[in-house]
This record gives sequence, C-alpha cells and structure tokens, in this order.
Amino acid sequence: MLLEYIAIGVMIALATVIAVIAIGLGELFGPKKRSSVKSEPYESGIAPIGPGTRRMPVRFYLIAVLFILFDIEVIFFLPWAVVFRQLGLFGLAEMAIFIVILLIGYIYAWKKGALEWE
Amino acid sequence: MDLALWIEFIIKGFILIFAVLTGFAYLTLYERRALARIQTRIGPNRAGPQGFFQPVADAVKLIFKEELTPAKADKVLFVLAPIMTVVPAMILAAVIPLGTQFTLPFLNRPVTLYVSDINVGVLYLTAIASIAVYGIVLAGWSSNNKYAMLGGLRSSAQMISYELSLGLCFVIAILLGNSMSLLDIVEAQKSVWFVVIQPVGALIFMVTTLAEVNRAPFDMPEAEQELAAGYHSEYSGMKFALFFMAEYEKMIVISMIAATLFFGGFREFWFLQGTVFSVDHFWWLGPIYLLLKVVVLLFLMIWVRATWPRIRYDRLMAFGWKVLLPLSLALVFITALGILLANQFGAIYIWTIPVLSILAGLIAVLLVNMSLRRKVAHA
Amino acid sequence: MTFTQIIFLVTAAVILGSALMVVSTRNLVHAALWLIVTLFGVAVLYAILNASFLAVVQVVVYIGAIAILFIFAIMLTRREMRDRGPQLNRGWWLNIIIAGLTFGGLFWMLQGWSGFSKAAADFPSGYDAVGQLGKALVSPTGFVLPFEVASVLLLAALVGAVYVAFARK
Repeated sequence: MLLEYIAIGVMIALATVIAVIAIGLGELFGPKKRSSVKSEPYESGIAPIGPGTRRMPVRFYLIAVLFILFDIEVIFFLPWAVVFRQLGLFGLAEMAIFIVILLIGYIYAWKKGALEWE
Repeated sequence: MDLALWIEFIIKGFILIFAVLTGFAYLTLYERRALARIQTRIGPNRAGPQGFFQPVADAVKLIFKEELTPAKADKVLFVLAPIMTVVPAMILAAVIPLGTQFTLPFLNRPVTLYVSDINVGVLYLTAIASIAVYGIVLAGWSSNNKYAMLGGLRSSAQMISYELSLGLCFVIAILLGNSMSLLDIVEAQKSVWFVVIQPVGALIFMVTTLAEVNRAPFDMPEAEQELAAGYHSEYSGMKFALFFMAEYEKMIVISMIAATLFFGGFREFWFLQGTVFSVDHFWWLGPIYLLLKVVVLLFLMIWVRATWPRIRYDRLMAFGWKVLLPLSLALVFITALGILLANQFGAIYIWTIPVLSILAGLIAVLLVNMSLRRKVAHA
Repeated sequence: MTFTQIIFLVTAAVILGSALMVVSTRNLVHAALWLIVTLFGVAVLYAILNASFLAVVQVVVYIGAIAILFIFAIMLTRREMRDRGPQLNRGWWLNIIIAGLTFGGLFWMLQGWSGFSKAAADFPSGYDAVGQLGKALVSPTGFVLPFEVASVLLLAALVGAVYVAFARK
C-alpha cells in the first residue's frame, strides 16, 4: 500500500520541479525593465484608491463554516456507500435518519437567510 | 523497494504529466478553433498547418514576456500561488486508470496503466481538488489588488460550495460501483454505463465540475466587466501561464474522471464487447477509448462556453446551495433505494433509479422555474 | 535503517519544523500556510501506517476545509496581517524547562519500547480495508450509534454558526 503513495509522492515531486522550471524560464528570458508605475496595482488604468487588501465580508466565512459541516457529512457517506449492499434496508434507514437530522439544520440555515447572497 | 520500481514510477509519472501537458497545449488550440467555428470565424490557422504549432508559438511568447510583481505584493506567496495551483492539477490524474496492464517486451515486466491504485481513489480526487482552492485564494490575497482579492474570494467560495454536490456525485458512483477504487468502478460498468442508470447524477457532476474549474458559465472570478481579470489580474508571463495551464489541465483531468465514473472509463463501448476491439484483447485500446470519450466531453465544455452567458454571482451561489445540494442528496438516496430494490426483487428494479432521478430532476427544474417567476412578478 | 524509517524521520522533522514556524512567524497568512504543511505531514504519517482512508480524510477535512476556514477567518478579522506584539511572554524560560523535562521523561520511559523498530504490517492481498472500516462505522454491530450522534453534533454546529453570524440582525 505504501508503494502506491510513494508513486504519488514521486509525481508530486515531478510536478513541482516542472512548475519551478516553468517559472524559472520566465525569470531567465523575460525582460526586466522595472518602473514605479508598472509595479502599481492594476485597476484597468485608473490610479488605485485605498489599500489593496481589506477585510472581507462575513458571508464568505459563513459559507466556509457551512462547507465544513456538509463536507464532513459527505465524508461519512463514503464508507457507508462502500458497504451499503451488505447492509440492505438497515443501511438505507440509518442514512435516512442521518440525512433528516442534518436537513433540519439545512432548513434552519435557509430560513435564517444564511444561503442568501445580497 | 528495488531500483526498477523507482524507475517505473518516475517514467510513468513523467509520461502522465507530459500527456496532460501536451493535452493542455492542444486543448487551447482545440478550444479556440471550436469556438471560432461556432461563431463562424476561422480561428488561429497560420502557425503551421491548421494552426498546429500555435501552442508552441504561445509558449515561446509567454517565456519571453516581462513578469511584473506589484510593489506591495507578498513576494513569496506571489510565486508560490501559481505553483500551488498547478501541482494539484498535474497530480490529480495519478489514480485514473488508463487501461489494465501490459507486459513489457524483453524485460517481461508487467506494467500497470495507472500511476497508483489506492483503495480510496475517489476520495483522493476530492482531496486534491480541495487543495486547489489555496492557489487561487493566495493569488488573490498576495497580489495586494482589490479586484484580485475579490476574485480569489469569490472563486474559493464558489469552489467549496460546488464541491459538496461534486462529493455527493462521487458517492453515487461509489454506490453503483460498490468500491472506492476507480479500477473497480470501471470494471462495474462493463455492461451498463453509470450514465444510463443515473443520468441526472452524471449531469450534476458535469455542472459542478464546470464550477470547480471556473469555466463559463461559472467563470465568476474572471468576470472581466467587474473584476479586471479576477484572481490573476496581477500575473503575467509564465506565472500567468501556470494558472492558465492549471485551468485547462483540470478540464482534461476532470473529463477523464467523468468518463471514468459515468461513461465506462477505458472500457470499450458496450457493443464492442467480446470482439477484437475489446480492451481485453489489445491493452493499448484502453487509452484510446478514454481519449475519445475525453475529447467528446471537452467539446461539451467548449460548447457550453460558446452558448451560455455568465450567471450572476448570487444566483450561482443560490443554485449551488439551494438546488444542486438537495437534489444530489435526493439522488444519493434514490440510488441507494434502487440498489436495494434490485437486490430484493430482481435486477429489473435497477431501472427505478433513472425513472425516479429524472422525476426528481424535473421537480427541481419546476421549483426553480416557479421561484424565478415569483421573483419577476414581485419586481 | 529501512526505507520506511527514513520517510518517517523526514516527515517528523518536517512536521516539527513547520509547527515551529506556525508559532514563530509574524505574518498570519504565512502561519496558516505553515499549518497546512504540518497537517499534510500528519497525513503522510497516516499513509505510512497503511491508514489510507484516514490519510486522505486528513487532507480533505483539515487541509481542504478547516485550514481554508482559518485563512478566511484571518482575512475577516484583520486588514494588517502582521502581528506586532511581543512573541514571548515573561515565563518563557519556565515553559522551556517544563517542555524539556516532559520530553526527556518520555524519552527515558520509551527507550526500551519495541514499537519504534516495528513497521506497519502490509495488508494481505485482497484485504478490503475500506470495507472493514465502513462495516465498523455503520453496521448494526459496529459504531452505528456514535455515527448517528455525529449528525446531531453537526446539526448543533450548523445551528450555532448560523445563529452567531445572524445574531445582530
């Protein structure tokens, strides 16, 4: 089993080397004529106003929280799906309970407006 | 751990990465030519016969471009972000079987046509796909550009939202194939492709993957009208090329995944079974069949881009969370129910799955239609 | 030294080094990225132990979801990403002594333990590790009750997150 992961590790190493070589080629052959105007943030030709990075809206954070919860749910599905045929009706019933409990939360989030995007 | 095994890993990894890289180069040409045809233009046809050397010309041009780094950018992350985007795209293909195996002539060594067959192959795909979010959010943040940052945030929020439905589509394929190994899933589709049993699941898979690779009509992060060029606004030269490369490589690999999970993978078409054209007969037919399916699926992606306008960001998120997520949950349940019925009362009941899923899909379309009409009436 | 041991030692060194960077780097986004390296190292450790499912779930949940939440949280709360406060508190030397003593004690206790020289046994061919895991998790004789309770936990977290985010409205 470890061998399969070593194969993936070898591939990660190869991919990283290729990506670094690609960036290196650009650094090597590209012209370098820097000026202060060139290194300003690009805002379609208009002089930038205010800082480039700012605090982001809370909505993105909420989406990330919801994502984690449902992602864990999806992961619970995976081992269940592999053995579902051996479990039969019991498997279906227990997953139905699992889903219904989570659906309560989903409906709550929907009603509260967590899924809206103004 | 002998030396021969190391050499095999390195050669196979190299071949796979270069196959995907070449695929990327020619996919750009394929897309430009196909888009041009759809818009009754000709497209690039000057560099070489039929524009055959256009990708080479593009690559050479990009190498000799000046690369700019914004003065206030986070220099380390600015370089790291394209690498973190492109590496997952390249290694995603590691678990996809291109065929079964063959014996190397002269050396008498069996060589498998996949880099790695881990027993959790499907989960590996979700894992690597979720890593790809980092490159984008870091590119947006490290550029110190408000448009880039907004593009990066939008893109990452969109990717994680659609990842849920994508994961549930993986669950459907696991349920039908009864294994998490992609090789087993392909073998399970010998007689019937999963797209026939679960057509709505395959459709949702294709929609979510479009969002996952930020393609039209979900190319929100790159909405030129509002965000300059999105998360890669500040990138130029080879660093930009890496983002471009990652997007197109992911298109290819995701088509490979779609073909593997729902369209029979490297297996021959069902009507060719038992003939000379079967994969069991000649091992080298496997990659060819897979390539054929991938080319068709890629054409669908290009076709979608040429046909549909970009959808608004709030609707995109609402579609992911309010339509695709409940629908794919329902599909998982329907699939499980159908398998149960088929096990209890006979194989014919497997066809309850497509009937019920299409019904569920139609109900979803109806509900979306009603809610949109209500909104129009209110406005 | 076997090949597995070399991989283990390299991974352990990477985990410790990156963990040190997490607490010592002043740029918060960089700290989050070092944390990802640490988490990835843990995934590699699972892979060495033949726990495929755990290794990949570690990547999906911790790297693919929770670390993203960290980065979002940092971007949500701060505009300036640099930490300007003092990096050490006054009792740092005491903590170093305690940590050193704990490490020394563990080292001394585990010196004769045979587990260090053992590698994870490979599965017999055809052994369905994921199937066994699934059975343990969801079959009536396995951990089905904790499995269902987990969904209640997720529900509580979901309601809590939504409530906190919308408390002011």
